[in-house]
Amino acid sequence: MTPKPPAKNPQQLLEQMLLIRAYEEAIVNGSAAGKMPGTCTSVGQEAAAVGVVNALAAEDLILTNHRSAGHLLARGADPGRLLAEVMGRRDGYCKGKSGSLHISAKELGVVLTSTIVGAELSMAPGVALAQSMLGRPGIVVCFFGDGAACEGSFHESLNLAALWNLPILYVCENNHWQAFVHRREAMSREHVADWAAGYGIPARTVDGNDVFAVLEAAQAAATQVRESGRPYLLETLTYRTRGHLEPDDQGYVDKAELATWLARDPIAAGRARLLADGLLSPAQAATMADKVASRIAVAQAFAEASPFPAADELTRDVYA
Amino acid sequence: MPTLTIYDAVGAALTEEMRRDHNVIAFGEGIATKRHELVDEFGALRIRNTPLAEGIIAGTAVGAAAMGLRPVVDLLFAPFLCYAMDELVNSAGKLRYLSGGQFSFPLVTLAMTGAGWGVGAQHNHNVEAWFVHSPGLKVVMPSTPADAKALLKTAIRDDNPVLFFLDIGLLYQPGEVPAGEHLLPLGQAAIVRDGRDVTLVSYGKTVHHCQQAADQLAGHGIAAEVIDLRSLKPLDEATILASVRKTGRLVVVHEANRLCGIGAEIAALVAEHAFADLKAPIVRLGGPDAPAAASYPLEQASVPSAEAIAEAARRLCST
Repeated sequence: MTPKPPAKNPQQLLEQMLLIRAYEEAIVNGSAAGKMPGTCTSVGQEAAAVGVVNALAAEDLILTNHRSAGHLLARGADPGRLLAEVMGRRDGYCKGKSGSLHISAKELGVVLTSTIVGAELSMAPGVALAQSMLGRPGIVVCFFGDGAACEGSFHESLNLAALWNLPILYVCENNHWQAFVHRREAMSREHVADWAAGYGIPARTVDGNDVFAVLEAAQAAATQVRESGRPYLLETLTYRTRGHLEPDDQGYVDKAELATWLARDPIAAGRARLLADGLLSPAQAATMADKVASRIAVAQAFAEASPFPAADELTRDVYA
Repeated sequence: MPTLTIYDAVGAALTEEMRRDHNVIAFGEGIATKRHELVDEFGALRIRNTPLAEGIIAGTAVGAAAMGLRPVVDLLFAPFLCYAMDELVNSAGKLRYLSGGQFSFPLVTLAMTGAGWGVGAQHNHNVEAWFVHSPGLKVVMPSTPADAKALLKTAIRDDNPVLFFLDIGLLYQPGEVPAGEHLLPLGQAAIVRDGRDVTLVSYGKTVHHCQQAADQLAGHGIAAEVIDLRSLKPLDEATILASVRKTGRLVVVHEANRLCGIGAEIAALVAEHAFADLKAPIVRLGGPDAPAAASYPLEQASVPSAEAIAEAARRLCST
C-alpha cells in the first residue's frame, strides 16, 4: 500500500480535520468510559497537521511524536486500525504493542514515532541520511512541539542537518504547552523559528490554526527542501485545547488564553471560510459531518471486534 | 597468521565489511581523522567525523539503521554513552517492539572501557551491564584481536543494535588474527582453557587475568577451566552450565563493579540450574562500588588480579 495522494481540494482538508477531531473525541469518550487508556490528543491542532501532510509527496517520510493522530490520519491511516492500536488489539498498526503514543505505519511513510520528547528530532538526521545516501527521492518531515524544541536534541539535530545538508522539513507545532508547563516559562524566545537562524536554517512562522495558510507555507517549505537538499524549519502557532494527557481538567490553564484559542478553532474557521467562499453549502457540510461520524462508528466497531494479542506475542518482535 | 592489535582488528573488520556491503557507513568523534585510510578507500560520505554530541550521533544511527543503512558509530569512551542512553535504550532497543516489528535497527556502537590509561572515572567506567539490562540490545566485549575482528564483522551484519565495548587495557596488545573471512556468532563463549576442578568465567581484560590465575593454580595441582564470554547478550548459558556441572566450582570475574554486574546474573543462573552440582559456594570478583580513580595504582587495584582470582579458586578447591 502506498500513501494516498495529497488532498487536492479544500473540502478534503476540512473533512480530514473533522475526521481527526471525531477520532480523538472517540478516544476521549472511550477513555472516560473506561474502554480505552488515556491519550494525548491533538485537539485544536488539526490544521497544522492537515496543512503540512497535504503538502507532501507520496515518497516523503514522516517522523512524529505522541500527538500523532492528525499526522497519521492526514496521511491516510485507517481509523479502525488506529483505534485498534489504541485499544491494544491485534489489528492495530503495531499489533497492539504501541498503544496511542508511538504508532508508526511504515506502509504510509510514517516512521519512527517516539514519545520521548525530542527523540524524533534525534532520529530525523539518520532517516534523511539514508534517503540521500540510498538515492531515494523523498524528503523527511519531523513533527515536534515547543517542548521538544527546548531539548538538546533539537539543537544537535538542526546543527547536524545543516552541517550534512540533510533534506529535513522540521515542523514545530508550537501548541504553547510542554506537559504542564507553559512555553513562556520554558523558552528564552517567543518563537522556535528564531533559533533556526543560529544554524543557518531558513524558517517561517505561520498561523497554525489556518489550514490553508499552513498548506501554502508547507508547500513552499517542502519545495525548498526538495530543491536545496537542505533543512527548513516551519513553526505552526497553535494551541493544545484539551490538555496534556486525558483526562485533564486544565485547572492550570489561563482561562482567557484558552478562550481566545477556542474561539479560533481551526475546524470552525476552515468551515466558515469554505461557506463564505461558496466552496461548501450548509447541506454539504452536514453530509460531510455525517460521513465522518459513520467512518468513526465503523472504525470503532472494527477495533472493538479485533481480538487482543495472544500472550505469546509478549516476547515477539524484541529482536530482528 | 598476521599479528594485529584490537585497534587494528577493528579497522580491518570495518574495511572488510564496508567493501562487502555498501550500506555500511561509519561516523563518530574523530573516526575519519583516526582512520583516514578508510576515508581514502570509501570516501568522506561513508566515513564521517561528527560533532562531540553523542546523543545526535546515536540518534542519527538509529534513524539511518531503520531506513536501510548499517551504521557503525564511535562514541569513544563508555561513560559518554550516558549522553546516548535515550537513543540506544529508548529508541534503538524499543522501537522495533513498539512498532510491532515494522523496523529493525542494524547498528553498532563502539566504546572504549576499563582501566589502563589512568584517565579517571568520567572516561573509565564499565557500563556494559546497563545495556544487558535493556531489551532489544546486544552486548559484545572481546578479549583478543582475533575475536574483536570476527565479532565486529558479525555485529555489523546483525540486524539488531549491538553495543561493542573495547577494553582500553587491551587495545594495543598484539595478537594473531586469522587471515581472510573469519566470523564468530554472537552468544558463543570460548573455553580458552580446559580444566576439571574449578570454572573461571570472565570477559574483557580479566580473561587474561583468569588465564594467569589458571597457570598459578596448575602449580598447586588445580586444573582451572577458563571461559571467555565474548558476548554478554546473548549470553552463552549452556557453556557456563556445562562447565560448572563438570567442575562443581565457579568464580565469576569482571572489572565492572560487582553490584548488579554480569557476575550476579551468572551466579544466579548457576544457582538456578546447577545448584546440585556445586561443591562450594559461588564466588564473584569485581570492582568496588566506587568511581574509577585516575591514580594508576588505585585504578589497577579496582581490577581483580590474577593473584586474587587464584586465591579465590584455591579456597573453593579446599572446601
